[in-house]
Amino acid sequence: MLKIENLHVSYGGIRALRGISLEVPDGKIVTLIGANGAGKSTTLRTISGLVKADSGSIIYDGEELLGMPIYKILEKGIAQVPEGRRVFTNLTVRENLKIGAYLRNDKEQIEKDLEWVYELFPRLKERDWQLAGTLSGGEQQMLAVARALMSKPKLIMMDEPSLGLAPLVVKGIFDIIREINAQGVLLIEQNANMALKIADYAYVLETGRIGLTGTGRELLVNEEVRKAYLGS
Amino acid sequence: MDVLKTTLPYIISGISVGGQYALIAIGYTMVYGILRLINFAHGDVFMVAGLMMVYLAASLPLYLAIPLVIILTVLLGFTIERVAYKPLRTAPRMSVMISAIGVSYLLQNLALYITGGLNKNYPAIPWISDRISIFGMETSRVTVITPFLTIILVFLLVQLINHTKIGMAMRAVSRDFETSQLMGIQINRVISATFIIGTFLAAVGSILFFTNYPGVVPTSGAMPGLKAFVAAVFGGIGSIPGAVIGAFIIGIAESIIKGLDTILIVNGVIDEQIGLATFSDAFTFVLLIIILVFKPTGLFGEKSTDKV
Repeated sequence: MLKIENLHVSYGGIRALRGISLEVPDGKIVTLIGANGAGKSTTLRTISGLVKADSGSIIYDGEELLGMPIYKILEKGIAQVPEGRRVFTNLTVRENLKIGAYLRNDKEQIEKDLEWVYELFPRLKERDWQLAGTLSGGEQQMLAVARALMSKPKLIMMDEPSLGLAPLVVKGIFDIIREINAQGVLLIEQNANMALKIADYAYVLETGRIGLTGTGRELLVNEEVRKAYLGS
Repeated sequence: MDVLKTTLPYIISGISVGGQYALIAIGYTMVYGILRLINFAHGDVFMVAGLMMVYLAASLPLYLAIPLVIILTVLLGFTIERVAYKPLRTAPRMSVMISAIGVSYLLQNLALYITGGLNKNYPAIPWISDRISIFGMETSRVTVITPFLTIILVFLLVQLINHTKIGMAMRAVSRDFETSQLMGIQINRVISATFIIGTFLAAVGSILFFTNYPGVVPTSGAMPGLKAFVAAVFGGIGSIPGAVIGAFIIGIAESIIKGLDTILIVNGVIDEQIGLATFSDAFTFVLLIIILVFKPTGLFGEKSTDKV
């Protein structure tokens, strides 16, 4: 379980997070929704170690993550699918997946996992030897998710996996999110409607603070949420 | 036929010089590929490798001095990165570049202090310094060895980059620092590895280069460094094959221009020396200007795509 308590983060002179607390229990999908600039990405980036926190704590499996080097956090089982896919366009699809398993040394198991993610995303298997830069946006997003899976994460964090994708592709990605749910998912989405539908629990982030919280269903029918984030 | 016969020796020596430039140019292009930094100190590291050889060969047998020069040069390259560039990782790119210029002057002035500015004779290395004659040209064996050694080293380097884990990490880091870190890659290690490879090749290059020259002075690294840099830009900075091909083209062109008077006289075009050789350096830089004006990305350079 991931437990964040009273986390403060400043980012380029701006106080991006002003004391947020949240939990991601094992095997649950938790989503963070909120407007642009509310601090959603900053939260993920602080968990994965890309951004340094001012104060607070992030406990995972009983260990403090703050101050831990990025690769150690990944080693502990937290992987991030960054916003905007960020696949290595100069590497082949297979290399992108292999680099997802960069910290692992179990060669045989890596090969098996490669087959496993190819089963999850048959489109990627067809493109095995293509440079990732030649893939479509949807395929790149699949690759970004698959790449994160290759590290065998216990908790996977996704930053806007639906951004700029066709609805059908988004649905496919969300199906996969549901499928790998056993490992625990922290999901950030602008597409609040879809995110709340699959989330076990949801937090609304407003300018660096946690506003409403509740199960996905509860927030889906909440008046305030509907007005602010669901456009109805 | 006469044209070919008179030009051939210059082409051969040009290929050799080109190989030496290539070994330096790879260091520029790899560091640029990863850090987007033009490592101005690279040419001076090359000079320091030359000086180290002078001093070490004076007190040690060559079979110890040569590997020691290579190891110490690599150590120097590694240390420069750790001390002068790593602390500036998040600083604006301009700061790192100024730091590189600072290191360049530091090395030159240290060399000036140690040598007193005097020309230091480079030791003759048995076998590779031996005089030989090919196609009617007197030269040393190093002229013939250089291109082959260069090609072997480049081949090994390309294998390393394309087929090993560290090579894959290098390619990933060169594209995207942050995402590479999210994959668990420790970028500082990858950057160190890049400097180690770059300075290793420069050290080998310095042995080949200085064997053909009378000696080493504190500014000895400036011109070959600059030419190798032009070669890297010409080939498309960031591209290893580009740097190698650029270096060979510049080496050959330079060498032909150096011999142009002789070639023209022998072939009856002109009657006396007209001093065309003086333009051999200018040619390299004219080439730089032309490439920057007409194809700034170089022969094999990628279009710079701005990261979102």
